[in-house]
Amino acid sequence: MLKRMRRRYLGLALDSEQPVPREKFIDAAWAAITRLYGECGASKADLRLIDYDEEEGLAIVRTGHTEVEMVRAALATVTKIADKPAAVHVQRVSGTIRALKEKTGRRR
Amino acid sequence: MKRKYVDLHLCPNIQDAEGTRCLVDKASALGYDAVGIALPVGAGEKERWLVQSICDAADVEMVSRVDLRPRTPDELLALLRRVRRRFEVVAVMCESKTVARQAAKDRRVDLLGFPQLDFRRRFFDRAEAELASGCSASLEVDVQPLLMLEGTPRIRLLSNLRRETTIATGFHVPIVLSSGTCNANLLRRPADMAALGSLFHLVSSAGLEAVSKAPLGIVERNRQKLGAGFVAPGIWVVRRGKDC
Repeated sequence: MLKRMRRRYLGLALDSEQPVPREKFIDAAWAAITRLYGECGASKADLRLIDYDEEEGLAIVRTGHTEVEMVRAALATVTKIADKPAAVHVQRVSGTIRALKEKTGRRR
Repeated sequence: MKRKYVDLHLCPNIQDAEGTRCLVDKASALGYDAVGIALPVGAGEKERWLVQSICDAADVEMVSRVDLRPRTPDELLALLRRVRRRFEVVAVMCESKTVARQAAKDRRVDLLGFPQLDFRRRFFDRAEAELASGCSASLEVDVQPLLMLEGTPRIRLLSNLRRETTIATGFHVPIVLSSGTCNANLLRRPADMAALGSLFHLVSSAGLEAVSKAPLGIVERNRQKLGAGFVAPGIWVVRRGKDC
């Protein structure tokens, strides 16, 4: 029987002097994963951007539960977004979006 | 009990108080309970006081640290005699094999570091690990080059780190993960540091230990040793007087 995929939601905080557009952020995340793990590894990560708040610099991404460390390591290697210094910090990891929002105190 | 996180290697420019404050504040915001500030060998009380006040304001514990870069084993011994009682953590950047061997077998050395980009001078092999395991030295890995490098240099660095981590684990040499940066943008949360450790075969629990238990153990051990009553491991002066 096919096993249901267990997902993990990562609450991210972007550290950048200027607001980062959604496309630039996801491009930087994919680029970091591809650089570190290659295209095959990136495909396993199955990264999805669930929610993004450009003003606050907050994001929620989804990945598989076995790939959390991999995504975490890749996001930690982001030092620039759109040629501007930036960093991505994982605030929380949770199994549901609701629990993640409760833990990080986000209302939306 | 809540785990205490320590980043043992922040290298701010001590003359730049604002930059130091920014770095320490960022470390505190990212969840570190203590930070090791690399001070110059000749740092005086004024510099220490300045850094201590910045750390106090950021509500983070300060650990004084010195980075030694000796060229010969004799120079290393002379430097150790000068600095050991003045700093809580002594790190040696081993740029030659003879220095690496001397540092690994000297009980006054806490952390062994190796050139990040010169892969021929990374001397952490089995012999080095055996010497280090007999003393109290730990292997320090700075994550800054992992973040800054790209392509072949990062591939080679990861390959070297993987080999060194395997050797260190085999010989029970503690591994310490530090940021090794003067740039607040290159600081990462403890869990993210542990995740970076997974790139060179540090499992999640070992990665977390490398930013908590291992550095904290060094600091606590050295604070005991630098305390007034310390005589030898396990022996303290409890009371002084004629009736003892």
